[in-house]
Amino acid sequence: MSGPAAVAPSTPPATPPTAPTVTRGGRGSWVGGGAMLLVVVLLAAVVPYAVTLGALSSLVMLFALVILGTTWNLLAGYGGMVSVGQQAYVGVGGYALIQLADAVGAPPWAAVLAAGLVGAAIALPTSYLVFRLAGGYFAIGTWVVAEVFRLVTMQIDGLGGGTGLSLSAFRGTDRVERVAFVYWFALALMVAVVLGTYLLMRSRVGLGLTAIRDDRVAASSLGVAVDRGRRLVYVAGSAGAALAGALIALSTLGVTPGSIYSVNWTAAMIFIVVVGGIGTIEGPIVGAVLYWVLQQALAPLGTWYLVVLGAVAVAVVLLAPRGLWGLAAGRYQLFPTTHHVRPLAASATVAPRTGR
Amino acid sequence: MDWLNAGVQGVLLGGQYALLACGLSLIFGVMRIVNLAHGVLAVLAAYLSLVLVEQGLPLWLAVVVVVPVFAALGYAVQRGLFNPALAQVGGGARGGSGGGSRGAGELAPLLVSFGVAVALTNLLQVVFSADTRKIPTGGLASAGLPLGDLSVGVLPLITLAVAVAVIAAVQLFLARTATGRAMRAVADDAGAAAMMGVDPKHMYAVATALAFATLALAGVFVGMSTQFSSGYGDLVLLFAFEAVIIGGLGSLWGTLAGGVVLGLAQTIGAQIDPQSGVLAGHLVFLAVLVVRPGGLMPRSVPA
Repeated sequence: MSGPAAVAPSTPPATPPTAPTVTRGGRGSWVGGGAMLLVVVLLAAVVPYAVTLGALSSLVMLFALVILGTTWNLLAGYGGMVSVGQQAYVGVGGYALIQLADAVGAPPWAAVLAAGLVGAAIALPTSYLVFRLAGGYFAIGTWVVAEVFRLVTMQIDGLGGGTGLSLSAFRGTDRVERVAFVYWFALALMVAVVLGTYLLMRSRVGLGLTAIRDDRVAASSLGVAVDRGRRLVYVAGSAGAALAGALIALSTLGVTPGSIYSVNWTAAMIFIVVVGGIGTIEGPIVGAVLYWVLQQALAPLGTWYLVVLGAVAVAVVLLAPRGLWGLAAGRYQLFPTTHHVRPLAASATVAPRTGR
Repeated sequence: MDWLNAGVQGVLLGGQYALLACGLSLIFGVMRIVNLAHGVLAVLAAYLSLVLVEQGLPLWLAVVVVVPVFAALGYAVQRGLFNPALAQVGGGARGGSGGGSRGAGELAPLLVSFGVAVALTNLLQVVFSADTRKIPTGGLASAGLPLGDLSVGVLPLITLAVAVAVIAAVQLFLARTATGRAMRAVADDAGAAAMMGVDPKHMYAVATALAFATLALAGVFVGMSTQFSSGYGDLVLLFAFEAVIIGGLGSLWGTLAGGVVLGLAQTIGAQIDPQSGVLAGHLVFLAVLVVRPGGLMPRSVPA
């Protein structure tokens, strides 16, 4: 398990000023990446021994929220596809985990990973269906698909109908052992998803995705494989949602169709991404932490909590469209995906930048 | 006979869906916004008229109050929320039909309307609890006209008639009035329309006001015929959307046909298995998407 710093790019080479220098990140990324590595190490090595089991379970939810936000951001922030139906894959992941762990007998960690694959396998054919709709109609179309998944799940024999399933694979396992295992596993999965997203966005594919988001027609005319790129993002984003759904089911020891297929998961993803900062890797992490803190703090308010959430999301879209990360950090990147070009000192009046 | 009954009920149900879909279609047609708060707003209209009726107002008077209130609300929502969201796209009112880059463009209005939907759904739940309610109609909802061996509900019949009347009125408005022409002009090319002296922002707000008025009317009919609760808005949105897509974008009469197809799918599906009516409707929608995509994606949809 390596931290973000391990993949941060090298600092600018000390070349003489005969050519413009092109850099990624810089000292800020090293410092920020180091800080994040430290946080991950603390979460892995110190926190489990310092807090209660209840707090650990609650942190598992935070890790799942980071995964949900990061993968929804992949869809909307990089793929330009607003899906209101990602709860479909949260649900698929949850049910797949319980079936694989209980009925098939797979070890829980393998069942979670396999649940992610199941999500991807279902998302691929589904993409051919929902890609027939564009823009806003894509959004509602994905919601219809999620409803179909929920209704079909309730009709399949052996999936518990309206009452859902509970996980029995941990029966006989010591509670401390179980919570600790789920905690470390969720942490590792979160780090892997965030790093994977970062590497994807740094790659040639990621560059193509950004181009598709900004102008699909122009990207296509420059040779970007638009459909393949969007499909890849949809499948990867849905696999992420399924992983998160599996983690949630693993942590709560069960699923009910009403809650695991709830549109509130998508509401959470949208809040996390929009408030954190859409189209950045850091934004969904910030947004997930904020969502999680608000959830803990406003829990006594009950339903009002979601009223506040919706209102805050509207306000952020209208007043601070780049989100909290955009407001706080500006162009600073913990996960540098773009290049900075520094022209020769003599003519360095305007430094053109790429990306974002 | 049961099947015939299911067919008749399905057609009548289609009237309600078409009425619901009218506003969704109008807002999308004029400014390419998909209003995800559409369903919960219809439920809000149902709650408002329920409150008025419980205060002792006759139902027709409640409708006369709620519909203009919603038109005003629509104007305000467009001016206060949707226009600023649209302005993020390309600075000011949308440019020509070419539109420039649009990938991120649909994002802001969609997210704003989704935020409104989440906030409003839960606000309604706080205020009215999650219990299901129904607008009292004094026997109208259960009245039936004998037709051979069948009994045709009076309320669904009225709903279908109102749906046809509303669609015809909106079509006439768009085709024959100066405001309707200006609205179509703005939908085609906001920049050019602005140069001809039409204010796109005002025109968008008028379109949303009209859409909200029809959706309020639809919401009242839903409230009279169905046990609704705060969460019912989600289903309303999905049904309205399915009616629009099945019927084909851009045609209100098509939406009526789409509503009828959806209503038929649901009642016939429920006839086969009482648990599966809604699912059957969704599946017919997906089947249409697979079989007739050409008719479902006209060029007016951003590619």
